[in-house]
Amino acid sequence: MIWETVVLALRAIRRNVLRSFLTVLGIVIGVAAVITMVTLGDGATEQVRADISSLGSNMLQVRPGQGFRGPGGVRMSAERFKISDAQAIQREIAGLKAVAPLSDQSAQAISGNRNWSTSVMGSTNDYLVVRDWPLENGRVFTGAELNSGSAVCILGATVAKELFGDQDPLGAFIRLDRLSCQVVGVLASKGQSSFGQDQDDLVMVPLRTMQRRIAGNTDVKAVMVSAMDGVSTEMIREDIEGLMRERRRISAGQDDDFHVRDMQEIVSTLTSTTRVLTTLLGAVAAVSLLVGGIGIMNIMLVSVTERTREIGTRLAIGAREGEVLMQFLIEAVVLSSLGGLFGIALGLGAAALGAHLLGMPFVLNPGIVVLAFVFSASVGVVFGFFPARRAARMDPIEALRHE
Amino acid sequence: MNDTAPESISSPLILLEGITKVYGSGPAAVHALKGVDLKIDKGEFVAVMGPSGSGKSTCMNILGCLDTPTAGAYRFKGVDVGGLSRDQRALLRRNFLGFVFQGFNLLSRTSALENVELPLIYRGVPAGERHAKARDALKAVGLEGWEFHTPAELSGGQQQRVAMARAMVIEPEVLMADEPTGNLDSTKGREIMDLLCSFNTERGVTIVMVTHDPGMAGYAGRIIQFLDGLIDSEGPGRRHAS
Repeated sequence: MIWETVVLALRAIRRNVLRSFLTVLGIVIGVAAVITMVTLGDGATEQVRADISSLGSNMLQVRPGQGFRGPGGVRMSAERFKISDAQAIQREIAGLKAVAPLSDQSAQAISGNRNWSTSVMGSTNDYLVVRDWPLENGRVFTGAELNSGSAVCILGATVAKELFGDQDPLGAFIRLDRLSCQVVGVLASKGQSSFGQDQDDLVMVPLRTMQRRIAGNTDVKAVMVSAMDGVSTEMIREDIEGLMRERRRISAGQDDDFHVRDMQEIVSTLTSTTRVLTTLLGAVAAVSLLVGGIGIMNIMLVSVTERTREIGTRLAIGAREGEVLMQFLIEAVVLSSLGGLFGIALGLGAAALGAHLLGMPFVLNPGIVVLAFVFSASVGVVFGFFPARRAARMDPIEALRHE
Repeated sequence: MNDTAPESISSPLILLEGITKVYGSGPAAVHALKGVDLKIDKGEFVAVMGPSGSGKSTCMNILGCLDTPTAGAYRFKGVDVGGLSRDQRALLRRNFLGFVFQGFNLLSRTSALENVELPLIYRGVPAGERHAKARDALKAVGLEGWEFHTPAELSGGQQQRVAMARAMVIEPEVLMADEPTGNLDSTKGREIMDLLCSFNTERGVTIVMVTHDPGMAGYAGRIIQFLDGLIDSEGPGRRHAS
């Protein structure tokens, strides 16, 4: 009987295609809006995640001080790291792929008459391992260069372009502030980070060169660590925290004077922001679904009035109240579900197009598709119920007499 | 009220006893029926006549189980219809009654075949059997070949024949016809009456028909005249013989 009723409903819808389409237009637009918004939002989230993992997803950063502080917050004058801290991490912590102590500061890079303000990064070859950063050209530092603090450097793609244009910088000498050093390599381009920072705007020198010849101290500003595949960064983070507390003689109950930043943590902070946006956009779109539902109720009420004689005939023929109710309810549900399907198709199409135009990944979220469909069907139930009940409760004699 | 005779196997198909129907209440109340007694046996062809407002339509509605009397007893096949719920009356109509209306009351934009199938759908008849029965019913009213035409594509006479096929497809005990020829010219009207007569004589269907037209009433075996909420007179019709 249910199936028969669905067939009857489809027939009734087919009898008036234009009106049926206009009836569900609200639902179509509402569902399409929800799907488009959520899909694009998911795409944006995914893009942020991908951007950050291009920094090295299994990467942790250990810095002195207390990490993030609010605006105006003062960084505690914590004891700096030394190279021995990085060595201790390397020695004591299991499951690490690479450990890179680093020290950076801004400097003026000069080649001939060209001049570029950039940041100089003193580290070891492990830095490139941690960041998963290949060379475009040339070579990494040799062990001798690292140990002796030679005047050699590797250029980021932006610096290479600014200082040398199309020329090959390998073997050329540049000046970093007062230090003259030879270019031995050029890094592949990483592009902008999701914070809008040009990652390629840097010059790498051996850590010892940085300490002795540029900064003039033995400080290590941070230690970057990457975990081996399949090793939980959470566990490594705890291990490092334990080790550093011990090394820095922090007694139980005292706050850390250093901070281990997990990239996963940054990922979740940023993606939660885009999630909130997605939810808001989705909520706005959901309102249009509600409006679509009211549209359905409107047309169903008109339809019930218009079909009074039909209802009278059905009742006279022997339709029970429940059967007439079901007929109109199913008609509303079939209508709104069809609208939902159209809306899903339209929304996914629009999202795919939008993702393409915005250069974002297209992320299909099956959950939201199912949810949108279920929601549109229930819109049919909720808003179809009142008109359907009105039809079912008609007096057959009055209904038959209706002109 | 009258003494009700004990029910027996030979009880009449339709028995009205002291039926009254009052619309509204208080001084504005309208007494549409003022105590009607009527007995109709299986196989009869009864024409109901009377001026408008005489109560004949109200009486038809009660006979058709579309309405319930204010007082009095209506027994259909021995069952007290007054004590049935709305849905129970719907089931009674579904299984035993066929309706033909003055305005045909076909579903628009729906083929003749689908219109005839409608009562079978409510009876839960499976699709294959339903199609076959509906086709047979259309054939019986002379509409073979018109199965897939919609009412808009059919003449008035043809539409009324679709409606009759719809009423007959359930093989009802009683066919209720409310001015079946009211919207048709006399030639078409006579065709419809011939069909009704053939249903009555060949299939033994009991027919109750409301009409204004004495010529059409003449097809019936018995004519009942309503006046002012009561049965005014009863007489034999002259069964047509051509």
